[in-house]
Amino acid sequence: MATNFTSYSSPNFDKKLSKREHLKKELPKQGFLLVAAALILIYGIIFYYIPLFGWITAFQNYKPATGFLHSEFIGFKKFQMLFEDKTFWQVFRNTVCMGIINLILHFATAIIFALLLNELRNMVAKKFIQTISYLPHFLSWIIVTAIVHDALSSEGAINELLLNLHIIDKAISFFSVKAYFWPIVALSNVWKETGWNAIIYLAAITSIDPALYEAAEIDGAGRWQKMAYITLPSLKPTIMILLLINIGNVLNAGFEVQYILGNDVIRSVSDTIDIYVLKWGISQFDFSLGTAAGIFKSVVSIIIVFAANYAAKLSGEERLF
Amino acid sequence: MKKKLSTGDIVFEVCLVIFMVLFCLVTLYPILNTLAISFNDGFDSIKTRVHLWPHQFSLDNYKTVLSKQSLRQGALISVLRTIVGTFISLFFNALLAFVVSRKRFLFKKGVNLFWVITMYVNGGLIPTYILIQKLHLLNSFWVYVIPGAVSAFNMLVMRNFMEGIPESLEESAEIDGAGYFTVFVKIISPLCKPVYATIALFVAVYQWNSWFDTMLYNKMADKYTVLQYELMKMLQTAMSQSGSVENLKHAASHVTPNAIRAAATIATMAPIVALYPFLQRYFVTGLTIGGVKE
Repeated sequence: MATNFTSYSSPNFDKKLSKREHLKKELPKQGFLLVAAALILIYGIIFYYIPLFGWITAFQNYKPATGFLHSEFIGFKKFQMLFEDKTFWQVFRNTVCMGIINLILHFATAIIFALLLNELRNMVAKKFIQTISYLPHFLSWIIVTAIVHDALSSEGAINELLLNLHIIDKAISFFSVKAYFWPIVALSNVWKETGWNAIIYLAAITSIDPALYEAAEIDGAGRWQKMAYITLPSLKPTIMILLLINIGNVLNAGFEVQYILGNDVIRSVSDTIDIYVLKWGISQFDFSLGTAAGIFKSVVSIIIVFAANYAAKLSGEERLF
Repeated sequence: MKKKLSTGDIVFEVCLVIFMVLFCLVTLYPILNTLAISFNDGFDSIKTRVHLWPHQFSLDNYKTVLSKQSLRQGALISVLRTIVGTFISLFFNALLAFVVSRKRFLFKKGVNLFWVITMYVNGGLIPTYILIQKLHLLNSFWVYVIPGAVSAFNMLVMRNFMEGIPESLEESAEIDGAGYFTVFVKIISPLCKPVYATIALFVAVYQWNSWFDTMLYNKMADKYTVLQYELMKMLQTAMSQSGSVENLKHAASHVTPNAIRAAATIATMAPIVALYPFLQRYFVTGLTIGGVKE
């Protein structure tokens, strides 16, 4: 911290003296800053750092009555229980698979949508479509799942459409077939977030040098070629950075959609780590096991972030840190 | 001078228009369909499928929604948490952003690091639940607005904006004898209106759309229920029973659970959709300030 203010004092003075003088001069003035920072620091310790110390419960046989100061330490027993539990590996697989599907679709749909929207020449239409496209982002997951549920119910719009087109001859019960669940979650995410995720690419596209397009036109490039050979490669740095940011969220693939749309018939494919934590921790009161599962998720996420960043570094791409 | 279009360009253009029309249809149809069902007679909606326009106009669904005590209470709490939560969050995030964006602040680096760490690691669901329990925040309104009031991400977006304000403004105020408090209130804050608006909107949308904290912490306290949670309960009922059977049972009253749910969904969406056209420019600025400047 001390290095911060040395640059403000004259280099002619003795460094130590000037630091002390500086402190003497600045401290009374910064009273307001110090009090504000300290108060918010206390808040931060309580709400962000104490829960981190709560990780200790995973190594204890935590009983609410005794608290984590007096509960019995049992080492890695809870982790052992976790890793021996078949359901845990099932929810882990579900989370990873849905996370990866979501990640791929997130990028594919946002990039394609941004590229296509950019090709629209009518500015009014472009503005209108963009405005509509990110409206679903602001609707709650409850509303979105309600919409998905209604559209896919046996009397819903999708079944009606498929029946009228004679693709099927009996309404499909989408929520009782395991194979449909992951695609339903993925498409819900696409419906809600595509327009929103595209914003950042649209912003990046506006900063591409128009001279590149002019040069390509002279060489006889059509719209398709300009899109594939100029716009898309120009987006590469943005795509790489966003990929690195989002890859750490793969295990946060979801809670809300899966929690609301999951049912007993398809439980084995719908439950995620977060739902597992909620079930064991809150409903079954096994706080220690729930915490252990949460820690496992955090640790794996951090490893993924560092590994992805390292891979980017090796291949000479953009990286986070 | 009109350039001659090649066949490839024409095909491209046609596909583009078809794609965009489909995109708008897929995005808007479910919303407009829910709107139409909410204004249609419940029994009629079972007999014939409603698309974009009600066949048999009726306000009964909305009357039923308004008459439900749980939904009225939920709406009240949702509005309250949105207003109170937004103000508390905005004030503390702005204050912290102001502190860490002062170049001469003695603990700038340390305080910054303290908050950046919170973005990458957190205790998780169970330890947070235990903390809330120990703080006696279970079954209370404050559990909606206090945890998460200060968030490192929102604070950093504000800090980035404040760091872009020329230092000379602060210095000239200082020469006139202003302390840091005056600089914060009279000089920095008025210049930060765009970023304040953006963060306020993000927090407000988050607060309005939340339901998980109600389920987790206030399940037993009906008076602190929120609109989204009530809507979720209605959705779960609809899912657990075969929709059509349940609907037929209520057919005599002409108000079916599905129709009521449509009305409640529209009521929950309404504030966001109504304000959306006026606020969208702030949403976009927010994303570009926060997202690009990592």
